[in-house]
Amino acid sequence: MDFAFLADTMGQLLAVTPLTIELWFLCILIGGILAVFIAWGRVSGVPVVSQLCAAYVFVFRGSPLLIQMFLLYYGVAQFAEVRHSFFWPVLRDNFSCAVLSLALCTGGYTAEIWRGGLQAVPAREIEAGRAIGMSGFTLFRRIIAPIALRQALPAYSTEIVLMMKSTSLASLVTVWEVTGVAQRIISHTYRTFEVFICAGLIYLVLNFLIIRALRAVEHYVSPHLRDRPRPLLPGAPPAHAASPIALPEVPR
Amino acid sequence: MTDSPALSVRGIHKAFAGLEVLKGISLDAHEGDVISILGASGSGKSTFLRCINMLEIPDAGEVTVAGETIAMKPKRGGGQEPANQKQVDRIRSELGMVFQNFNLWSHMTILQNLIEGPVHVLHRPKAECVAEAEALLEKVGIVDKRNAYPAHLSGGQQQRAAIARALAMQPKVMLFDEPTSALDPELVGEVLRVLRALAEEGRTMLVVTHEMGFARNVSNRVVFLHQGVVEADGTPDEVFADSKSERFRQFVSGLHA
Repeated sequence: MDFAFLADTMGQLLAVTPLTIELWFLCILIGGILAVFIAWGRVSGVPVVSQLCAAYVFVFRGSPLLIQMFLLYYGVAQFAEVRHSFFWPVLRDNFSCAVLSLALCTGGYTAEIWRGGLQAVPAREIEAGRAIGMSGFTLFRRIIAPIALRQALPAYSTEIVLMMKSTSLASLVTVWEVTGVAQRIISHTYRTFEVFICAGLIYLVLNFLIIRALRAVEHYVSPHLRDRPRPLLPGAPPAHAASPIALPEVPR
Repeated sequence: MTDSPALSVRGIHKAFAGLEVLKGISLDAHEGDVISILGASGSGKSTFLRCINMLEIPDAGEVTVAGETIAMKPKRGGGQEPANQKQVDRIRSELGMVFQNFNLWSHMTILQNLIEGPVHVLHRPKAECVAEAEALLEKVGIVDKRNAYPAHLSGGQQQRAAIARALAMQPKVMLFDEPTSALDPELVGEVLRVLRALAEEGRTMLVVTHEMGFARNVSNRVVFLHQGVVEADGTPDEVFADSKSERFRQFVSGLHA
């Protein structure tokens, strides 16, 4: 084992890890905000808005993220109108382009997660809010959103972890984040195995921390789901299954 | 003000997909009235109750709470709708609704369920609301559950919490929509005891129920709905003992069969 080489590689990769984290953080933030509007549009009940949002979700979920990124960075630049437009400073820069395409894509997925959460809010609990005199934003803020977010959290956690891994695609539009730098080291040293092991480890550790944090959040916001009487799932032993005592006959 | 009834409902009509469920129902409830609303399933009694606080929008008719009539406007394509959501919200906050399935907010503790409306709808100081909420929980006998979540309570406890939640709004009228129908038989008693205590306090209550004992012994008036109209209306004695309604006698004997 060449520990000196491993240590050197790790050092170079760790130096650009903040960039990977930045990519991830920005795309989750921007994509999350975007998703709120798309999910809102989806459940708005206005046919045109709802269909437009559904089309957005279909396009961004239905096509590869890598192609979306290539189209945004290499593709649209061939049009002079784009090069002379207001958006050019964003589309010209590889980092902002990567963030944008990651955010647009996760926005589509996250919108569907929010929508699922919204639709899983029990109608009865909404009705109880109305009956007490809530409507509009108060009802949304106090009853619908807190329940919807709790319902959506497990699925959203998965999306957040997936996006951490997806940031590695940014290397293909020349953003020198962890994967990009790893490939550059390999092209100089031809030591593919060691370098990619180091890069993989960094993603694993980052995701380990993210998963732990999300699990803590989930635990914190769902005390109402803990220690409650267990539902009798098919196959699950009932609470007193071990009891050998025969149940007394029910008096009629 | 004092001579206007606590609740006055006039000529409520409601149809679902062409099927007319309510065919013009009127009812006055005076301060301290405890009115049991009886009827076979499908007679429209729950729909009637839900029309009072506009959870169902009646196609025609008007609702007046403590002298204030809910303003309605014609709806495109027929029927009517509330003209002013703010007014509906305010009147709803004056009508305490208790649901068959409790409908507590699952992500909040019992205490949070109780102070939610007072704090976020009536905008009252939180400390004051907490003190009142604890007194109400004491009254319905579950003050030890104040920090538990609804899923951790039995059905009877959940319904008592839901009654306390409605009371926390200091409503002018309480509406109960089959408050014991979702409960195991052995849990019905504890909820009926709370209802009886409220009746004895002089609260104005409308109770849709199948509990004949309650209707007979606790309420001071019984209204029997049949196929969307008021078929019998009077004191429990009048309705139960010498009802002129053949249908009511069939309904009651059907329950005991």
